[in-house]
Amino acid sequence: MIQSVELKNITKRFPGVLANDHINLRVNAGEIVALLGENGAGKSTLMKILYGMYRPDEGEICINDQAVTISSPNDALRQGIGMIHQHFQLVPGFTVVENVALGLKSSRGPLTDLDVVSRRMLELAKQYGLQVDPSAYVWQLAVGQQQRVEIIKALYRNASLLILDEPTAVLTPNEVDEFFNILRRLRENGHALIFISHKLQEVMAISDRVTVLRGGRVVGEVATRDTTKQELAQMMVGRQVITRWEKQAAQETEPILRVQNLTVLGDKNLPAVKNLSLHVCPGEILGIAGVSGNGQRELAEAIAGLRRATTGSITSEGREIANHSPAHIIHSNIAFIPEERMLMGVVREFSVAQNAILETHDQLPYSRYTFFNFSAVNQTAARLVNDFEVKTPSLETPIKVLSGGNIQKLILARELERAPRFLLAAQPTRGVDIGATEYIHRRLIEQRARGTAILLISEDLEEVIALSDRVAVMYEGEIVGVLPPTTPVEELGLYMAGAKRA
Amino acid sequence: MILQLLAPAVLIGIATSGILLATPYLYAALGEMFGQISGVLNLGVEGIMLVAAFAAYYVVYSSGNLIAGLAVAIVVGALMGLLMAFISITLKAEQGISGIGVYLFGLGLSDLLFRVTIGTPTPVNGFPSLQIPFLSDLPVLGPVLFSQNILVYGAFLFVPFSWFALNKTTIGLKIRAVGQTPEAADSLGISVAGVRYLTVTFGGAMAGIAGASLSIALLNIFQQNLTSGLGFIAVALVYFGGWRPLRIMLGALLFSMVSALQLWIQTLGLGLPSDIAGMLPYVLTIIALIFAARQIVTQPTALTKPFERGE
Repeated sequence: MIQSVELKNITKRFPGVLANDHINLRVNAGEIVALLGENGAGKSTLMKILYGMYRPDEGEICINDQAVTISSPNDALRQGIGMIHQHFQLVPGFTVVENVALGLKSSRGPLTDLDVVSRRMLELAKQYGLQVDPSAYVWQLAVGQQQRVEIIKALYRNASLLILDEPTAVLTPNEVDEFFNILRRLRENGHALIFISHKLQEVMAISDRVTVLRGGRVVGEVATRDTTKQELAQMMVGRQVITRWEKQAAQETEPILRVQNLTVLGDKNLPAVKNLSLHVCPGEILGIAGVSGNGQRELAEAIAGLRRATTGSITSEGREIANHSPAHIIHSNIAFIPEERMLMGVVREFSVAQNAILETHDQLPYSRYTFFNFSAVNQTAARLVNDFEVKTPSLETPIKVLSGGNIQKLILARELERAPRFLLAAQPTRGVDIGATEYIHRRLIEQRARGTAILLISEDLEEVIALSDRVAVMYEGEIVGVLPPTTPVEELGLYMAGAKRA
Repeated sequence: MILQLLAPAVLIGIATSGILLATPYLYAALGEMFGQISGVLNLGVEGIMLVAAFAAYYVVYSSGNLIAGLAVAIVVGALMGLLMAFISITLKAEQGISGIGVYLFGLGLSDLLFRVTIGTPTPVNGFPSLQIPFLSDLPVLGPVLFSQNILVYGAFLFVPFSWFALNKTTIGLKIRAVGQTPEAADSLGISVAGVRYLTVTFGGAMAGIAGASLSIALLNIFQQNLTSGLGFIAVALVYFGGWRPLRIMLGALLFSMVSALQLWIQTLGLGLPSDIAGMLPYVLTIIALIFAARQIVTQPTALTKPFERGE
């Protein structure tokens, strides 16, 4: 049983980056320690070192005050360290019990002993409140249940320290509550937990202590009850952060975008968007909240002309755009920030400058008679990079080497450059750090003030609430309620889980 | 004309030779299945079969020892499988291309060795048929099922063995996990490369038996390109069977029966041009694959994807 785990002076260098710079971290049995930091702060690297996936360049790991070497995930498991990865490490085509049994020594030698595993698994499930059907296939389970399977897997392997890597990113607010109850039960049973997150609210809600990382260093270590969200945010980013936006009330006027009775098929040819209607007025942000996979992506793609609308209409400023080509839609004063930044937002291998004029490259002043006017291209690109604070070594740099936040800023710059009447922003800050998120939010608010109609699709409920004038909750392809952003989170959660509809 | 094919003697003949001809398909396809379920597509089966067929034939030709011939075929097949594993797993080469490389290598090597050592196709004494006591005396079933040689029995026993190994053993669980979600297997301390080496090498050994079954049990001869596409059909059978042993066996029987049928069509002189009749198994492959492509749901999701630890 692990009483304490201590990381001492851990340093890890990657070519050109100091990912961890003499980091110290201690966690005791019966305690939840939050590891807070932006993307690239070094949280994941540190945890991968603890889990044996990387070797530290300097420093040591002590378990119960004894120095140990952990050189593989197997070693970590043997020492009682389990990790719940952000992307679940489950085999979707296996049953729950097969997933738990995978890699374990069987009591029947070369033959599997799924019935034995199933029995012991159910005992654990009962002890910790992790109800899940051992014979169900993983692909049939909801995300929250899959996470329970991950926890059971770790507990089955006698893990007494659990590393939870951004565990709530995929959960609904109600699932988060349930998940936190499980964590509390684990804590009561003497488990040590490391909770990795960049969501301040959750860190405040669940942890006993917080260690804040920035730029590979520990910049703060506090007991949770002695700190505030504001203070943590400031430590994490290194300056004051704005999370509440002042804005003028939106005016109900003639909508710019109107979607009526839209039905769209998903990848499996089943309706992903069902008979959906909405409208967005100029100077208004309509936020679409919902758990990932409830048709948001298909809705966005249908509006952007990337997916066929089976029935219904989409009009922009009164003109039908449903099932028109993406080029036609782009040229109808509509801007699109796609969910899949690297797939649809930019061409990875192209330079920053080329990406900046991707949609208008065949128009004046960027080209004439198919020939580029490079000075015009570079002039615009330089202005956008400058105005939107895109951090890039040069305009010729391939965009793929920039950070997510900087790529997203460039996409935003490119889209806003066309002075759109309607902006569709799908997951505009997913995987983007707090600093860049704040920047993007400010730009969206400014654009709103200029009279652009904005449809914001986001799985980050806090973001939707902070920016939107109205919040539409999407569940199984339908809008189950349009609510004011002042609606309590718990209530929104019920809508998101399909337990309530207007 | 067609009625001639329905005569009892002819039907029994087709069934008997169909079962016989299913043997190489079964070994090769089931062996290949293990590799594919673990995520490696080995298109080199044909080449492995050729080299092993020659090796078995050469040993039997020079010593007359059938067991030694079979053993050498297994070892040679395993070594060729190991080569494929090294190229596709360690070197992470594109599997389709490296498989074709292994095939061409096997095709050339077997022909070269044959020319250098023996030169002219000379028949050898292969595995004799093994009459199962009592059962072989049964009418109809006796000659069809219970008067075959030992490799034929082995091939059909390989079907339940494969099913059992995949579904009831811990290694089977690992093989399936590695082919679906190698990241998950890796996170639990399972060596993805190790499991894949095992399956591809095992598949090679099985392809070795498939080759030997041709050269020292069914045809008892070796010549250039003895397998003539049989190894590729075996790969196709794995898709056709949806990575399930029983369905692969049904597919193998279907192909071998059609092959037997076309032999009988030619023997009976039914007026169908022999080229057309000879085409039948291959046409069937194409049709079968079109059907298989529609039920792709069960495909090992990591098939043909080299595994690399993320980030």
